[in-house]
Amino acid sequence: MRKTYINGTGCLSAQKTFDTVFLEDAEWNKNDNVLFLKKPVYKDFISPIASRRMANGIKNGIVASAYAMKEANVTNVDAIITGTGMGCIEDTEKFLKAIIDNNEEFLTPTAFIQSTHNTVGAQIALTMQCKGYNFTYVNGAISFESGLLDAKMQIEENEANSILVGGVDENGDHILSLFKLAGYIKEDRKEPYQLLNETTKGYIHGEGACFFVLENEKKESTYAQLVDLEIKNVLQEDEIETEIIDFLKLNNLEISDIDAIILGFNGDVEFDSYYKNLAENAFANTPQIYYKHLCGEYNTASAFGLWTGSKIIKTQTIPELIKSNSIERPAYNTILLYNQLNGKDHSFTLISK
Amino acid sequence: MDALKLELKNKIITVLNLEDITLGDINDNDPLFGDGLGLDSIDALELIVILDKDYGIKLIDPKEGKVIFQSIESMAAYITANRTK
Repeated sequence: MRKTYINGTGCLSAQKTFDTVFLEDAEWNKNDNVLFLKKPVYKDFISPIASRRMANGIKNGIVASAYAMKEANVTNVDAIITGTGMGCIEDTEKFLKAIIDNNEEFLTPTAFIQSTHNTVGAQIALTMQCKGYNFTYVNGAISFESGLLDAKMQIEENEANSILVGGVDENGDHILSLFKLAGYIKEDRKEPYQLLNETTKGYIHGEGACFFVLENEKKESTYAQLVDLEIKNVLQEDEIETEIIDFLKLNNLEISDIDAIILGFNGDVEFDSYYKNLAENAFANTPQIYYKHLCGEYNTASAFGLWTGSKIIKTQTIPELIKSNSIERPAYNTILLYNQLNGKDHSFTLISK
Repeated sequence: MDALKLELKNKIITVLNLEDITLGDINDNDPLFGDGLGLDSIDALELIVILDKDYGIKLIDPKEGKVIFQSIESMAAYITANRTK
């Protein structure tokens, strides 16, 4: 079975995570309950003619992919796999609003074409003329991990040598208002939003696009090896620790072998206890990292988590801004990521040097 | 007629999201498709909807579009002659 290596990454988020090394320009915005992506100069990557119909999510996906491909020093890949929870929600909103506003008449094609979830992967493929396998996973908060698992299996089984895989989600005005109404997002004007010390329901929302080039060979640009990945849709809070121990055991590891754990804390007091239990018990003596105060919560925010883990292994540094305890290790060679959303869609990702 | 041409140019820039195009870049007799403004078949559908929604003109024969959407001049002339609102 062949190994899978992360050989290039491209990340667009609420922080300036492009054309930087590792969060040196990051700023923690405690004033807003919704974080918006820091836009690159799209014209540097996409011609104005091509980009004029593209939704933000598509443009962000193309740019993040371009960064990942450049880092991995590849011009094409065998497959493109995209994970997205809400797809191009802005154009979906536009299209649905037009139906209502115009009494189901005068419907134009542009917003509809761009509103489908698989448009991001399709446009990335068109940009690089990739005619290989192209698949989009829409599985809530494990959309990205589903794509990652697919890519890993294809590389392991010798079906592909290089795969571009990523997670994309964008903010849409109407969906944000619905999320606020449903109590998913923290109440307006309750700043400062502290994330780790929150006592209220709801999370800080965000958006982003994060892509990775996975290959079957280690090279100069390699960040880390993607060792293993597990997805569980349903787990009780008291089952998480046992699940992690079993997952590590499958990889001949114990908790003490983990050099850092990246937890998906999002500030929601109702579900952050899943992480808190691990942080205070099983992983109390392990360096702990959190990241959603920088990128916000969204269905594919865990891709930002993987980007963070990959950067830690490559640079062997952990920026102070993402440390949630003061424990350090002489080297960060093995990192475990755990993520869930609203107590569902649990994922465990193991990467190593 | 001049006001209508200006209105059409504004609509085309906004609806077709022509970010880098200004009013001054569109001459009344420039071809809208092909070598001129470079519009494509999806844009043609958007233009048909503009005619219907804003001027009450329903294009029944798609072949008519080729003549009508040749330029801002031809669009304005057709709208002036056929508009119902």
